[in-house]
Amino acid sequence: MIRVEHVVKKFGDFTAVDDISFEVQTGEIFAFLGPNGAGKTTTIKMLTTLLPPTSGTMELNGLNPAVQKEEVRKQFGIVFQDPSLDQDLKAWENMELHGVLYSVPREVRRERTEMLLKLFDLWERRNALVKEFSGGMKRRLEIARGFLHTPKILFLDEPTLGLDPQSRNQLWTHVKSLNETEKVTVFLTTHYMDEADRVAQRIAVIDHGKIVAMGSSQELKERTKTESLEEAFLVLTGTSIRDESASATDRMRQMAQMWRKR
Amino acid sequence: MSAIYILWLRELKKYTRSRTQIVASLGQPLLYLLVLGFGFGPVFQKAGGGSYLQFVAPGVIGMVVLFTSIFSGIALLWDRQFGFLKETLVAPVPRLLVMIGRTLGGATVSMLQGTLMVIVCLIAGFRPTRLVLVPLGILFMLLIAIVFAALGVAIGSSLQDMQGFQLIMNFLVMPIFFLSGALFPLNNLPKALAVVTRLDPLTYGVDGLRGALIGANHFAIATDLGVLAVVAVALLYLGAWRFSKIEV
Repeated sequence: MIRVEHVVKKFGDFTAVDDISFEVQTGEIFAFLGPNGAGKTTTIKMLTTLLPPTSGTMELNGLNPAVQKEEVRKQFGIVFQDPSLDQDLKAWENMELHGVLYSVPREVRRERTEMLLKLFDLWERRNALVKEFSGGMKRRLEIARGFLHTPKILFLDEPTLGLDPQSRNQLWTHVKSLNETEKVTVFLTTHYMDEADRVAQRIAVIDHGKIVAMGSSQELKERTKTESLEEAFLVLTGTSIRDESASATDRMRQMAQMWRKR
Repeated sequence: MSAIYILWLRELKKYTRSRTQIVASLGQPLLYLLVLGFGFGPVFQKAGGGSYLQFVAPGVIGMVVLFTSIFSGIALLWDRQFGFLKETLVAPVPRLLVMIGRTLGGATVSMLQGTLMVIVCLIAGFRPTRLVLVPLGILFMLLIAIVFAALGVAIGSSLQDMQGFQLIMNFLVMPIFFLSGALFPLNNLPKALAVVTRLDPLTYGVDGLRGALIGANHFAIATDLGVLAVVAVALLYLGAWRFSKIEV
């Protein structure tokens, strides 16, 4: 379903992704783990047509994301690291807008919106504005929206960041069940090792733009002679702390918080 | 087509839900209309200019359309910040359609806000001189709306965060308003000012509005229409180009 071969992404002198290759099978849940700034989000951006790779080839369901952008965009759904809902619209309006943008026929749109909002426990609140939602509800709505157009692949970029254990648990249960019923391939990144351990069939560990290990959770533990995936991860990526510089978006977010406190 | 429609509808829904903003953004134009309208009234009358309220009302209507449309475009920055922009950029819809949907939505919202201002002007005592020409006035409002909604999208696509906003406000939006002849007649201006006002697209919009509403245009109506149409096409092109370059 996904094939990546010798992909490199450079920003000026900085190499964010350094010659990575991997494959994800249809219906698989594949986790991409790595410390901050390891190249996870850059990889997702390249796969989802938002960034062109500097070199190397990529394939999504047989299509090239760098060239056949619109075709590729029909294949996947994505939940970004940070929110991408319209806060001033109601929950169902966000679903509706998404459905129209993805040319989902009206009948199917209505049916799936109802089915997904019910599944993610949001049906009762479908007429509430998204800005009145809690963090967990927003995340659930985003994931429900990602499934609306029955994508072949779902990208989840740290979907559980900032959620309580109950929400995380519930969220993965739903994602797993949709993975089984709709045969959707899931490509996820996370910082919570227990989640990767629980849901992912295969895991790739990326650090400094390179894939340092790939295999099932069991294989990674055996390879590093550790008891848990967390330990295996630390053995593979070291214990030093990575700092990212604040992007323009981060600065904007700070401004927004000031504004909202008016 | 449906993508354009849904994005247009989104702008409309957001507008109708922001009642405070609707009222708040009428405040400043209202000051111009009432304070200047009645404050300068006597002097203007003595100078042989007729009623200043009649004169300034089309300018203030133009101002409302200018501000609403340009800010609807710059609101792109908020979408970038709250993340919604990404949702539209990874959707299987050509960016051009996304841009058109937004721009038309912004233009429609500005027309609605402009219409509100027209009503306020009527209450204040403004009277269009020839009712048959009112549709022409609406056409000019529409052109102003499209020109500046497109400019707003071009600016919103080019800025990374709100830092540049004050700069745009003070060195672009306010000058566009003040140099448009919204507040003063264009005859017998000092040479430099005359040249600058002619470079400001809003000048032709306000002049056209004045022609349609009070029959006092400085340029020919055809000139006003022509200049606005050309500028609209150019800015739509610029907006679409800048929008296509956004990276998230």
